[in-house]
Amino acid sequence: MRVHVTVNGVAYKRDVEPRTLLAYFLREECRLTGTHVGCDTSSCGCCVVVMDGTRAVKSCSMFAAQADGHEILTVEGLAEAGKLHPLQQGFWDQHGLQCGYCTPGMLLTSYALLKHQPNPSEADIREGLSGNLCRCTGYQNIVKAVQQAAATLGQPAGATK
Amino acid sequence: MIPAAFDYVRPHTTDEAFAQLQRHGAEARVLAGGQSLIPAMRFRLARPAVLVDINALSDLGELRMTDRVLTVGAIARDSDVERAPWIGERRWSLIHDASRVVADPVVRQMGTVVGSLCHNDPAGDWTAVALASRATVVVRGTAGTRRVPIDDFLVDSFATAIADGEMALGAEFPVSDDRTAGSYQKVERKVGDFATAAAAVLVSLNADGTIRSAGVALSAAGACAVRVDKAEQLLAGQKPSTELIRAASDAAWHRSAPQADLRGSVEFKKHLAGVLVARGLRQAFSRLGVQA
Repeated sequence: MRVHVTVNGVAYKRDVEPRTLLAYFLREECRLTGTHVGCDTSSCGCCVVVMDGTRAVKSCSMFAAQADGHEILTVEGLAEAGKLHPLQQGFWDQHGLQCGYCTPGMLLTSYALLKHQPNPSEADIREGLSGNLCRCTGYQNIVKAVQQAAATLGQPAGATK
Repeated sequence: MIPAAFDYVRPHTTDEAFAQLQRHGAEARVLAGGQSLIPAMRFRLARPAVLVDINALSDLGELRMTDRVLTVGAIARDSDVERAPWIGERRWSLIHDASRVVADPVVRQMGTVVGSLCHNDPAGDWTAVALASRATVVVRGTAGTRRVPIDDFLVDSFATAIADGEMALGAEFPVSDDRTAGSYQKVERKVGDFATAAAAVLVSLNADGTIRSAGVALSAAGACAVRVDKAEQLLAGQKPSTELIRAASDAAWHRSAPQADLRGSVEFKKHLAGVLVARGLRQAFSRLGVQA
């Protein structure tokens, strides 16, 4: 079947089998391998992408056909004009990653979280990220990274650090 | 694993969806949030020949509240419930509690309440909530639309009163008055896991402080979620007290008939059922300003 998915602002039209999962569509059809596959059955959150700007979804547990006509944001779409997104900068500054495998999912889950809760408490962040597993850093620095990003995004436009 | 091949249809009206389901009968499955169905298909535990994707039926995405009833549409997400403007009201505290512990926060952005009821996992959350709330499932069938009380809807593990070719349009939760509060108590090994044991409790008080009605249900306590009739009968008409809570808790222990698995032994899960009903009742009463 033919699907038409906008990924990071770019339109992709592809013929796929209905059973093609969105994670594999992104990696193999769009050649965007920043979206990682971990458990492959909705438990770990490595594959999280954002649909239609505000909804975090596990792309291993959604068919590409379900994204037909929708907009998908992946980790490759976060930075703008070579400038890291405040979430990416937060993970950089706070050492929010070690091996980096879970990082794309952490970033995109946090992206949707901050859309719904621009000023999350530490508990909100921990709860919001509880469907994303990291086996390296132990979460403390990930939480700090999201706190930094929330603070940066909350500053009035034009303000700098 | 990659699911077995299937045909995919995405109808744009409920009539069209129903026609597709009628045409394909037992071969077809409805795809709503897909957060149970797609992993099951990936493990090849489910191999539907046709998926009828109802996600384009936007009128089924609503949470609609009248004086009498809250209707949760078939594609309303768990996260829509979690963020609903009324979710902080005391009368909705059972649904409030459950909406925060179903699966994990990302799965909840796709997963649906009605899909969970239709999946009828023995350790699901919404099934126990629906029992305690005395909810009704709206089912479209060949003879038209019918309303199935949740007790009749939940037939057996992964089996419901929905026949081949039929579809659930929504679930209806009665609107209680303000002297109503509930609680959902769940023990899970980790976030996102199914319940090791869980209890859903909803109580309404009379003006004189006696209990007008009580809903008590357990998850992970049998083939599917179960109502603890005995506890409900014990509670009705009485004033909240420590002894009453203990009696209801004992009834839950007796009613619970769990299976031993990696999450725990039969003894452990039965023990939890009793403890969680007691905790749920204490919290519900506390929310109503009554210490017991």
